[in-house]
Amino acid sequence: MRLKLTRFKESNLFWPLCILLVLLVINGFLTRGFFSIQWKDGRLTGILVDILNRSTYIGIIAIGLTLVIATGGIDISVGSVVAISGAIAAFLIGGELVMRGSEQILVTRTPMGIAIFIALVASTLIGMWNGFLVARFRIQPIVATLVLMVAGRGIAQLITNGQIITIYYAPYYFIGNGSILGIPFSLYVLATVLILVTLITRKTALGLFIESIGVNRTASNYSGIKEQRIVFWTYAFCSFCAGISGLLVCSNVKSADGNNAGDMFELDAIFAVIIGGTSLNGGKFRLGGAVLGAIIIQTLTTMIYSIGVPPQVNLVIKSIVVFAVSMIQSEYFQSLFRMERPVSLRRNYYL
Amino acid sequence: MNKKTLPFFITLGLFLLMYAAGSLAYPNFFSLQVFINLFIDNAFLGIAAVGMTFVILSGGIDLSVGSVVALTTMISADLLQREWSPAVVIPAVLLLTSLFGTFQGIMIQVFRIQPFIATLAGMFFARGACYLISIDTINIDNEWYRSVSMAAIELPTGDFISINVFIFILLALIGWWLLKFTRFGRTVYAIGGSEQSAMLMGLPVTRTKILIYTLNGFCSGLAGVVFTFYMLSGYALHCKDLHLDAIAAVVMGGTLLTGGVGSVEGSIIGVLILGTIQTIINFQGTLSSWWTRIMVGVLIFAFIFMQSLLNRPTKQTQ
Repeated sequence: MRLKLTRFKESNLFWPLCILLVLLVINGFLTRGFFSIQWKDGRLTGILVDILNRSTYIGIIAIGLTLVIATGGIDISVGSVVAISGAIAAFLIGGELVMRGSEQILVTRTPMGIAIFIALVASTLIGMWNGFLVARFRIQPIVATLVLMVAGRGIAQLITNGQIITIYYAPYYFIGNGSILGIPFSLYVLATVLILVTLITRKTALGLFIESIGVNRTASNYSGIKEQRIVFWTYAFCSFCAGISGLLVCSNVKSADGNNAGDMFELDAIFAVIIGGTSLNGGKFRLGGAVLGAIIIQTLTTMIYSIGVPPQVNLVIKSIVVFAVSMIQSEYFQSLFRMERPVSLRRNYYL
Repeated sequence: MNKKTLPFFITLGLFLLMYAAGSLAYPNFFSLQVFINLFIDNAFLGIAAVGMTFVILSGGIDLSVGSVVALTTMISADLLQREWSPAVVIPAVLLLTSLFGTFQGIMIQVFRIQPFIATLAGMFFARGACYLISIDTINIDNEWYRSVSMAAIELPTGDFISINVFIFILLALIGWWLLKFTRFGRTVYAIGGSEQSAMLMGLPVTRTKILIYTLNGFCSGLAGVVFTFYMLSGYALHCKDLHLDAIAAVVMGGTLLTGGVGSVEGSIIGVLILGTIQTIINFQGTLSSWWTRIMVGVLIFAFIFMQSLLNRPTKQTQ
């Protein structure tokens, strides 16, 4: 039991879980009925359910981003991909209300399935472009993805023609608002992605390859790992995840905004990944931690709202958490607390 | 012309080409005033780009620039509203932003937090701090600020220049001098080339790196002061994407993002290219604003692609 406890304490999920627990307790004091979950209209409702539902946007991106970061890279274009994916879906579904006789009939430009498919394919293509630049041309990941971070939002606005497209096609709302067996549909999406990726990376050698690339790309290449191909596909997958997130966001708010959808998502997602215990230096990754990180961010946001300060102040608290987490991960900082270790070692030696 | 100066000349050529294209397409484009306006409208961006050049040359990155500018406008506006004298306000904000930079430098150099993350935290913090002061715009009606903002120096040709332009040019000259002719500047290049080698050579790496971020903090603060003159208001949403523009200008100016190669003069041309794109789109009239972003994206891509081709042989020997 004791061994299990220490092992848990040393696992990377320990700290994120502690943070989450503290946040939940604070929230419990701040908001009456924070923990209450009710069954209403055939679905679970409550603040906790809401937090989970909203954390899926960042959570799904964080899963893809974790893999990218594990290879020693970074993708800062995900926020723009969220905007593009939503814009494409909204544009293709269109949804104009046309009066035919006395009845209002909705005309979609393309069937919903195809629209979603195209949005996801486009997102993946963007990722493949990023991956191509990073894997083939060895351009620094932050710069390679900077291109689409800047241009992507312009492209999204081009698609929406600079306006906010409202979607009237009701079946589309299900993605971001619907629920199965009382649980929000987006949670199923998140769970599916998380389980699939965990299985693929942990039950095959792929996860090991990714970590190996993160530690040393050249050495991995020499040891026979198809390093370029793996890096390429992690970027493609990361963008694909951002595409899914874009659909969820766009469906949840029933509209697509090329300028503001997915704003700062790249930063939140990176933040979620670090809180989850994945080192930005690459070489190891925690998928569960990343999702936990996303939940922590959302809990934090909810907490800010309930304190009653302007929601934007959120940023200050986020920055302090980023600061604290990266300090804890910092080796120099850790060594400050290990100062007495040599002394205790000597003592053991004499015993 | 060697591999190191080639990107600069390509940038310069591109700028001249774009300016010539604009002049041919639009009758009023080729005038001194339009050219001066490039400086007037982008003075704050130019100042931020000078600071960013030092950071990127050392192999780092700073995402907090835009937020720090916004925070500077906010603090200035708030203090002026409380009837503080500008003689106190300006030194105070410059000191504050420099300290902000120092703090980030210490996080990066002493605690070994990646520049990207450390300045990301800084970006969140500064932007959030703006909202702590106020959510709304604060207008500045201080007499002195107004007079500086309105001051226009008329040239014999009848064109005019604002005070911001002089601050920008002065800072650019100082940056150029620091980088070219001082021990500090040469150490920046050495660190960007290889931090470990610089350390083994006995160069003061830690001190220089913290100084680089301090300098960048100061430049952000100065950009904020200049932006306050330009806008005459403090607002938390000011300069939302300034860090991207500054990085874009530096990259287009031929500075390698891996560090070690680049120049202040290149970054200035980069700023002028950004300004020209904006001016062309304004002159064109029917093109929507988002084309700026797409164009900037395409240009950044073109430059990093070119750089990656230029650097191929050295990359492979590594």
